[in-house]
Amino acid sequence: MTAPLIALHDVRRSFTLGGAAVDALRGVSLDVAAGEYVAVVGPSGCGKSTLLNVVGAVDRPTSGIVSIDGRDVATLGDRAATEFRLRRVGFVFQRFYLMPMLSARENVELPMAEAGLARAARRERARELLAYVGLAAREGHRPAQLSGGEQQRVAIARALANRPALVLADEPTGELDARTGAEIIALFQRLNDDGTTIVVVTHDERLASAARRVVHMQDGLVVDDGRSGRDS
Amino acid sequence: MRLTLALASLLRHRARTTLAVLGVAVSAALLLDMVMLATGMRESFRELLLTSGFQLRVTPKGTLPFDTEATIDHAGDVLAALRADARIDRVSAIAGGQLHVLATPQRHAANEGAPLTTTFALGVDPAVQGDYELQRGADITAPDRLVASETFLRVANVRVGDTLDVAASFDPQLRTYGGRRRLVVSGVARFLFAPAADPVVAVPLAELQAMRGDEGRDRVSAFMARVRDDAAVEPVRRDIERTIPRVTAVSTTTALVQVERRLSYFRQLAFILGAVSLAIGFLLVATLVTVSVNERVGEIAVLRAVGVSRRHVVEQIVAEGLALSVTGAALGLALGVVTARYLNTILSDFPGLPAAFAFFVFRAGAAWRALGLLVLAGVVAGVYPAWRAASLPISTTLREEAVG
Repeated sequence: MTAPLIALHDVRRSFTLGGAAVDALRGVSLDVAAGEYVAVVGPSGCGKSTLLNVVGAVDRPTSGIVSIDGRDVATLGDRAATEFRLRRVGFVFQRFYLMPMLSARENVELPMAEAGLARAARRERARELLAYVGLAAREGHRPAQLSGGEQQRVAIARALANRPALVLADEPTGELDARTGAEIIALFQRLNDDGTTIVVVTHDERLASAARRVVHMQDGLVVDDGRSGRDS
Repeated sequence: MRLTLALASLLRHRARTTLAVLGVAVSAALLLDMVMLATGMRESFRELLLTSGFQLRVTPKGTLPFDTEATIDHAGDVLAALRADARIDRVSAIAGGQLHVLATPQRHAANEGAPLTTTFALGVDPAVQGDYELQRGADITAPDRLVASETFLRVANVRVGDTLDVAASFDPQLRTYGGRRRLVVSGVARFLFAPAADPVVAVPLAELQAMRGDEGRDRVSAFMARVRDDAAVEPVRRDIERTIPRVTAVSTTTALVQVERRLSYFRQLAFILGAVSLAIGFLLVATLVTVSVNERVGEIAVLRAVGVSRRHVVEQIVAEGLALSVTGAALGLALGVVTARYLNTILSDFPGLPAAFAFFVFRAGAAWRALGLLVLAGVVAGVYPAWRAASLPISTTLREEAVG
């Protein structure tokens, strides 16, 4: 049996908000194998985004083990966590968060530049990725010149820039209309079919049903770790 | 990519960036002008004293050159004593006095009335003098010649070649002029130590002394002495004061120290205003960078989330401060030089100051140091907001941005 790409064991995360203690994660244990497409669903405030942040090493758990590809990322210092995010994880956000003053291609190039890839090589890969997400003709456009769906596709291309083992998406269709959202869902499916491991946090039932596995959370706990209709 | 992001961030709000750059430019110009003022007067005075190559001024005991009407009597003996010192290779004797212009080819003064104009006259030996630079025409090579400043030509309404009826003294009781001569304007000169607005002429020393009668006989106002390059000035100065007790010898160095003392208020003022302008430049850059960073905390959190290191985020934001301050400093350099020139033009009419004296003098080294300090302030101004933004917790910032 191969080791899971993501292995969470009794992960807890507590905050203090407005003077009150909030337990966002209350002992989450979860395994995700390489190549899986997992949707995490649940009501607002159940800890979905916190889970995603802990897996992506943008947040540290209060306790527990967060093992990604055999490495405990919960104990990484800032520099190592940054390097981990750069090379091993691709993030897709609800609000796209592209750099408004850079073109689509430059946005995709950004993580590659940070990783030290030569200009010509990163330009070529950015073009490939933009072609992959169907935006080959829009590489010189700035985010303001793109529709919401196009911006999200650029953000997905950016997430894939450094060939990450894992793509983490937080409500990627949350700001899109139904038709554009469907395009993004199809793109995630294609990504997963091409071998990328995806964990997506969503309220969108269509996006969740497109995943191979749906994890339900409530009050900081995984309450159901089932399979979606796509595989069943 | 960091530089691209930094420049793109600045260009995102062009009007705001332009205003900030202009603000830094004004601050840089003021800083530069204050540096030019602080060092300029001293440098200008130093250059002025050294223009003619004389390092020593010998004056009546306890006076500065032309500070009083006091004169050195038995000037011939003093001149001989100075020339006898082997360490001195050139001595120029100077007498000062007034010259009344009574008639020109164009006009005559009313008989026994007020002169057409009265001017300050220097009696010098043209072969060794260090008081003026001949600009056109001929020097005072004959007893009946004079060279004049442009101001004198304008005030007296005369030209080179004109013959003037002049007098060295006026008796108000008898209402008569003494020491009258007919002198020809042979040339035009720039008088180094005279204010540009004052009319000045130079005539041969012996002629001026003769015109002044008993009052001028064997008397001079000062001597200027040039010490040989291989001799030290200070011992010569001391020896002159020791061997000729009725004179004071002032070296260029001593004069500069005295000037420094008199100009210390200006220097303090320039220092304070320079420090204020530096602080304003710092605050301008700090404010703009802080505002810009606060607007972009979400973007910065995303950069951090996708793997951009804290150091690179800081570098990018600091580069914004650097770009602002470098551009502002470059504009400020031009603005400061233009402003200084304009101020020098205005201040050249300052009463009593030599025409060759400048308040603002550009010195490349001092200018680069001042502007470098401003650029450094711009960099430092960006460090704190940059570090604060790069250190924000990524997940919290993103959540707050999403809610906002």
